[in-house]
Amino acid sequence: MRNVVPVLTVVATLIALWYAGAVALNAPWAYDKAARAEVTLTFPELVADTWSQEKPKLPAPHQVATEIWNTTGAMIASGRPFSKRSLIYHSWITFSSTALGFLLGTALGTLLAIGIVYNRTMDMSVMPWVIASQTIPILAIAPMIIVVLNAVGISGLLPKAMISMYLSFFPVVVGMVKGLRSPSQMQLDQMRTWNASRSQTFWKLRLPSSMPYFFTSLKIAMAASLVGAIVGELPTGAVAGLGARLLAGSYYGQTIQIWSALIMAATLAAVLVGLIGLIQRITLRRMGMAA
Amino acid sequence: MSWLIAGALIWAVGWWINTRLARHPQNTAAQLAAPIVFGATLIAVWECLVWGLGIKLALLPAPSVIAVTFANSLNILWGDFLQTAIKGALTGYILGCGAAFLTAIAVDRSDFLKRGLLPVGNFAAALPIIGLAPILVMWFGFDWQSKAAVVVVMVFFPMLVNTVQGLSEADAMQRDLMRTYAAGYWTTLLKLRLPAAMPFVFNGLKIGTTLALIGAIVAEFFGSPIQGMGFRISTSVGRLAMDLVWAEIVVAALAGSGFYGAVALIERAVTFWHPSQRGRT
Repeated sequence: MRNVVPVLTVVATLIALWYAGAVALNAPWAYDKAARAEVTLTFPELVADTWSQEKPKLPAPHQVATEIWNTTGAMIASGRPFSKRSLIYHSWITFSSTALGFLLGTALGTLLAIGIVYNRTMDMSVMPWVIASQTIPILAIAPMIIVVLNAVGISGLLPKAMISMYLSFFPVVVGMVKGLRSPSQMQLDQMRTWNASRSQTFWKLRLPSSMPYFFTSLKIAMAASLVGAIVGELPTGAVAGLGARLLAGSYYGQTIQIWSALIMAATLAAVLVGLIGLIQRITLRRMGMAA
Repeated sequence: MSWLIAGALIWAVGWWINTRLARHPQNTAAQLAAPIVFGATLIAVWECLVWGLGIKLALLPAPSVIAVTFANSLNILWGDFLQTAIKGALTGYILGCGAAFLTAIAVDRSDFLKRGLLPVGNFAAALPIIGLAPILVMWFGFDWQSKAAVVVVMVFFPMLVNTVQGLSEADAMQRDLMRTYAAGYWTTLLKLRLPAAMPFVFNGLKIGTTLALIGAIVAEFFGSPIQGMGFRISTSVGRLAMDLVWAEIVVAALAGSGFYGAVALIERAVTFWHPSQRGRT
């Protein structure tokens, strides 16, 4: 709790900087307009103008907030929360592929980790490639993956989810391998003295003790998965999703639209990661491991 | 059909070799050989599958086709590499990591700022920062400057958070010792706290390497000159020239691994004293 004041100060400073930046970046256009209308701007007029342009280089925070309200809250109020103009609709599209990719990636990552922990051949031959796989900038080949999968007949949610999966399985593998190996030799010996079978050792010792690692990896995987979904929406000429909003905004110079999509993406990331944090706290407390 | 049988056979042989190799886990040669055998097996099986199942070139080219394209278009690939990896990614990486490093040292002097900035930085590191790419392209134009700007923003926060964490690594006892030597702030910083922070700094630097390349390539999707890896990938996908796309991916993978490897080598030289580096000479 003692962090609240410093954090708020930093956030307030950032917003102040944002307003100042909006004045600085939008001023040339404001002067330009004034020169053409043959009036001279006083400073308050300049500030007022830079904060209310239609296509500013950097929209002021309240412009973005208004845009977000118009595309979310106002849409709900008017009874059309899932209209195509509403950000809720686009966030939902992005969220669904994020969630699917995240689930697939977590499943794949956990299975690989179990294989790596229990099979030395896999450990020696697969683990280096898991690490190497992440030096390939997968996001860069996202367009190709989507085009290829479309050609095979897989379209819609799944191609985007595949990209999310590729990005999110890695932190899970690394975290789970560490977690499944975290029981000490002493604890493993204890299981042996109880004549525990391999599967009993797994379910009663290795899996429970990997949980803290598991949740930490899940948070990273969720963030990565969201990035994957957003980038996956860029190149397909996708019509829906936060990534498509970004692309459309950049084509038509709608900066306010870009920023509102960005803020929505950030909020989505914060909510999803926070949700995992909550599940983590509840699970660990019920397992008696809460710190 | 014979291709498929050959593929299955190669897979079985490769796995068998690795099972044999895994019986000597302490042997350095075996440790090196196992992943190489596995990778070679994968590529061979890929080749067999493509020919055996008659997969079209437009979907998935065989490794041999990719290799030929790679060799034939070295000029294009080299130009793209210079444009994206050197001008865009490397410039941005150096600027971003440098700025984050200096910011971390400045922030470290104030406990208030540290407590405020760390949570915000952690939050920002989890955000889909790549979404800033269209805005930065709008601000800095289509050439490599905008790509470098995207990379700066992407590597900044992981680097900042890691460095700040690293700077608090030296414990009170060690700092007291520096005080008894009458060492000032700068001496303590240079001789004790920066060296102690190095493992964390390099962690940030390593995370940054992959982010930098990704940032530079994705930023090109939003507008670029007629050169660059991202440009080549998106236009070649449009022409269904998958062999060129894959050649570009090979370049990206090589650049990414090389970049990461270089940072890891420097890390080994700088933090030779750290437990994770000891005993791996």
